[in-house]
Amino acid sequence: MTFTHRHLLGIEHLRAEEIVTLLDLADEYVTLNRGASKHGTALAGLTQINMFFENSTRTQASFELAGKRLGADVMNMAMQASSISKGETLIDTAMTLNAMHPDLLVVRHPHSGAVDLLAQKVNCAVLNAGDGRHEHPTQALLDGLTIRRAKGRLHRLNIAICGDIAHSRVARSNIILLGKMENRIRLIAPPTLMPSGIEEFGVEVYDDMAKGLQDVDVVMMLRLQRERMDGGFIPSEREYYHRFGLDAAKLAHAKPDAIVMHPGPMNRGVEIDGTLADDINRSVIQDQVEMGVAVRMAAMDLLARNLATVRGAA
Amino acid sequence: MTDLLLTNARLIDPQAGNVTTGAIGIAGGKISAIITDDSPLPEAGQTVDCNRKHLGPGLVDIGVKVCEPGERHKESFGSAGLAAAAGGVTTMVTRPDTDPAIDNPEALEFVIRRAREAAPVNVLPMAALTKGRMGREMTEIGFLLDAGAVAFTDCDHVVTDSKVFARALSYARSLGALVLAHPQDPGLSQGAAATSGKFASLRGLPAVSPMAERMGLDRDIAMIEMTGAKYHADQITAARALPPLERAKQNGFDITAGTSIHHLTLNALDVADYRTFFKIKPPLRDEDDRLAIAEAVQSGLIDVISSMHTPQDEESKRLPFEAAASGAVALETLLPAAMQLFHAGAVDLPTLWRAMSLNPATRLGLDCGRLAIGAPADLVLFDPHAPFVMDRTTLRSKSRNTPYDGARMQGKVIATYVSGTPVFQRS
Repeated sequence: MTFTHRHLLGIEHLRAEEIVTLLDLADEYVTLNRGASKHGTALAGLTQINMFFENSTRTQASFELAGKRLGADVMNMAMQASSISKGETLIDTAMTLNAMHPDLLVVRHPHSGAVDLLAQKVNCAVLNAGDGRHEHPTQALLDGLTIRRAKGRLHRLNIAICGDIAHSRVARSNIILLGKMENRIRLIAPPTLMPSGIEEFGVEVYDDMAKGLQDVDVVMMLRLQRERMDGGFIPSEREYYHRFGLDAAKLAHAKPDAIVMHPGPMNRGVEIDGTLADDINRSVIQDQVEMGVAVRMAAMDLLARNLATVRGAA
Repeated sequence: MTDLLLTNARLIDPQAGNVTTGAIGIAGGKISAIITDDSPLPEAGQTVDCNRKHLGPGLVDIGVKVCEPGERHKESFGSAGLAAAAGGVTTMVTRPDTDPAIDNPEALEFVIRRAREAAPVNVLPMAALTKGRMGREMTEIGFLLDAGAVAFTDCDHVVTDSKVFARALSYARSLGALVLAHPQDPGLSQGAAATSGKFASLRGLPAVSPMAERMGLDRDIAMIEMTGAKYHADQITAARALPPLERAKQNGFDITAGTSIHHLTLNALDVADYRTFFKIKPPLRDEDDRLAIAEAVQSGLIDVISSMHTPQDEESKRLPFEAAASGAVALETLLPAAMQLFHAGAVDLPTLWRAMSLNPATRLGLDCGRLAIGAPADLVLFDPHAPFVMDRTTLRSKSRNTPYDGARMQGKVIATYVSGTPVFQRS
């Protein structure tokens, strides 16, 4: 087996063959999930705790379902409502939970690096479900799986990532993953939503949708993260939609069989046209949700196997 | 009669800009003799053979945060004083960014009294430039000067209201008071935890362009031109701020500039996996900036190197990077870190001693910081080559937030003298 990590904190730490291993396993889980009985036993007897310090519906549900389908005991903790508001520090919370002997800890936090910090303090496997603007590894993996299934490969594709790249952990994880798999990546955004030093990531940078989308195989739209903005990145949503929102006219610059992706939740009429998002011939947005469960099952399965190895040795 | 004779030392003379072998005689707390030739040594009460180790004026550190009043659990005058003595710092120039701020003569008197009681080294306090460091009303600069304030600063708070700043600068000028400021555009740098660039983007950290420092300095230089004030920039850390600094000096403005030892020896990549002990203000810069700043120290464009000693307890640092407190302790690591610049061939010893001793003393109107007859016998004896691995648990500060933990360093202080009395001796 070529996946030896204890935690899944970011795509940055993974090698290309590890990504392939994970996606191959996820493919098997897609089959399982589409069957009549959806029960696996990979996580039987294990305890999975979902700690979400930031609101989430879809990611949390996806992780919960993934854990349950593999037989784990899953507990959800909405951290905003709990001890954090009583002044307990992140590390104290982690230590407290650690004492309850969880096996898998799924963490989302509004600060970049918070999940890394927490992972240093616990002796179970930690999965990053999104930390600040840093990484969202399972999202990039599910996007990778979606592309691989739609396009038949995950290399030598022209992929455009469009929109609020500055505030997006999805964009960072995807840039790293798609780069490791040797794709050509284009970033399209107004300069105010482009992170500094981005040229050094080995990507092509555009501020014009028509030029950037020319002949691409995949169009990844990002959500405009209004909650992370401290004001004034774009003049207005209507101007943003006019210049950077994906509609049929802009998509016409891409290859005729280009697929449209979005990590959700969508702001219809802001970054993507509602009709296009629902177009089953172009949009793979619903497939992304389906792949999400499978990828998370695969990730937790692999980490649980490594956990068994570590604990067996001890 | 000479009280103490330090013989066989490598004497670092920042004024002459050289290192020579010789002896120093001390009488009545002052340097009474400097012998660098074959002339006979004077009779002395006590003679110490320095074994050809280096002896220089004690360090004068502008910008030390001692957390009294308010956060004595992080650092007290006692603990900071011991750390300073162990680090060869003979004069701590303290910051007023305590809780509450040192913005009135009564608070200043408290600081002076506590320092006298508890610290084995000289302590000279700075006072706030505006009340509560809020940038609205100037403090009682006259009374504070009378009470012993050596300079005025709002520390890392930029006085954003230019009218308030102009008035405070003009008023300070009329009294001959030195104003320290933090050149930074507060709008651009708001919320930033890192310097913008590839690394900050990869780590997903809110970042600020080093241009914010240039903009802050540009504004301050215009204010100096307008008011004629005596001004010191606390930390110049970006290459882009150097040309305006150089022009301002050429124009004859009364301006000097400092930088921190951390910006001279570390860069943005040292943050690595969100190591919060490397979170300082302004944030660590790129390697190009670091090299440019070291060069500016060697050329004399940057006058002063400070520790910017900022104690933070574990609780304020064991947080996600964005939420963690800024600052690093450095009184004990200032000298060995500076030796990295010496060993790398970036800055020579006399220049380092100008930046860490002579220049800060001169800027504050002190007679220390030099090897001269009649100057206070504030001295540091050290071995620039002695190697060690930094272990933060050995630090004398109450807070041990040093970025050098585990680093291989060279340069050990052997003894520190304040007015001829040993305040630290390595056993």
